Amino acid sequence: MPKEHANWSPYDNNGGTCVAIAGADYCVIAADTRMSTGYSILTRDYSKICKLADKSYMASSGFQADVKALQKVLSSRHLIYQHQHNKQMSCPAMAQLLSNTLYYKRFFPYYAFNVLGGLDSEGKGCVFTYDAVGSYERVGYSAQGSGATLITPFLDNQLKSPSPLLLPAKDAVTPLSEAEAVDLVKTCFSSATERDIYTGDSVEIIILNANGVRRETEQLRKD
Amino acid sequence: MFRNQYDTDVTTWSPAGRLFQVEYAMEAVKQGSAAIGLRSKTHVVLACVNKANSELSSHQRKIFKVDDHIGVAIAGLTADGRVLSRYMRSECINYGYTYESPLPVGRLVVQLADKAQVCTQRSWKRPYGVGLLVAGLDESGAHLYYNCPSGNYFEYQAFAIGSRSQAAKTYLERKFEKFPESSRDDLVKDALFAIRETLQGEKLTSTVCTVAVIGVGEVFNILDQKTVQSLINEFEISGEEAPTNESAAEQSGGDAGGAAPDQGGAAAEEEAAPMDI
Repeated sequence: MPKEHANWSPYDNNGGTCVAIAGADYCVIAADTRMSTGYSILTRDYSKICKLADKSYMASSGFQADVKALQKVLSSRHLIYQHQHNKQMSCPAMAQLLSNTLYYKRFFPYYAFNVLGGLDSEGKGCVFTYDAVGSYERVGYSAQGSGATLITPFLDNQLKSPSPLLLPAKDAVTPLSEAEAVDLVKTCFSSATERDIYTGDSVEIIILNANGVRRETEQLRKD
Repeated sequence: MFRNQYDTDVTTWSPAGRLFQVEYAMEAVKQGSAAIGLRSKTHVVLACVNKANSELSSHQRKIFKVDDHIGVAIAGLTADGRVLSRYMRSECINYGYTYESPLPVGRLVVQLADKAQVCTQRSWKRPYGVGLLVAGLDESGAHLYYNCPSGNYFEYQAFAIGSRSQAAKTYLERKFEKFPESSRDDLVKDALFAIRETLQGEKLTSTVCTVAVIGVGEVFNILDQKTVQSLINEFEISGEEAPTNESAAEQSGGDAGGAAPDQGGAAAEEEAAPMDI
């Protein structure tokens, strides 16, 4: 008897796009604020970015219920870390924790496509990009989600970084200034919004640098 | 006369209806170095005496942050205190994870008390040898609780535990009526005065004491040494005495009773069975 397929799935895709760019002394993390299901919009005003630590921000697209659960687990683990070590987790440490947390559910994964952005202990920007089961890599920039395929080639061209596909891997931190990077991110999202139906409404941008954290919002096309 | 026959394990009653192992555990609290707590309507201050064993060693930590809105000061077996703090932190994190809101202080102290009670009714366990002063802020206001090894807990306006705590309690009993309306800084000053009472003449410096504050608009934080020292200097330079005369004049009705206005009784008397309170 041929196997029947389930007519119920534990997963749903809420769409959306996330981007992060690492600079010499800053990091930009951005995500659109549209949450969809199927061909409908659930809300135009949903944040996909979560502060995990003072210097670690995670943007995640995919199934937002799993994203929310993942954010809660990581926040609680960070609290435990702070009690035990009396300090905040560094971004690379959080990156490893995120990877382990994702692989922990290797056989019923979090349907979350994550980008982790922040500053490392030297103050340099760092971006880590993940798949759904925790495979990760430190990169100079990354995009995840429904608009990632539209954004990534554009970033490859515009960031003036050494290609992240080279071997041996060269540090792909962009030589661009913070203002230029933020402007580039806004351009990425405007372009992705044109062709990707799941990206739009507005983009939330977090900029981390030595002075602290700044938040910007830019309106996008609502169609 | 019968104390030695019925004190071998915690599950044996004495003919007088006492559990001596539990009472001995309370003794351990009395032997620990002093910890005091006091509260106003909006703030709670914890302070403790931190004497290092020798000049070469570091001080033992007696005040722990449990969550942004809860902190605890301990007296007695500090190892037991550390373990209980870890339990409290874990409970706060789990509650926050499930309900996305801070764990009400009253719930936490009940859980702590129940945990302590278990150890008074299992033959393979021993009571925790530590008293905890739990300071916290929740929707119902600022709270200070005392959890003892017996599994009892009481809410206090101000309290002191540990060695020479009676001196601090006497001071607090004189001043507690004005605490509800005190400002945060006055509360910290009173805490330092109370600590000074327990030192019985020794010089009060920021190296022998630790102070922590929790209040409206202020997450639980332990004051750093510099801040504490400057506060001490302020009142010592100004020659301010712990006002003995002034409050004697204020008091019309003599003793204002114990340091417990809300519920429960006064601190343990040496001879009476502590569980009577």
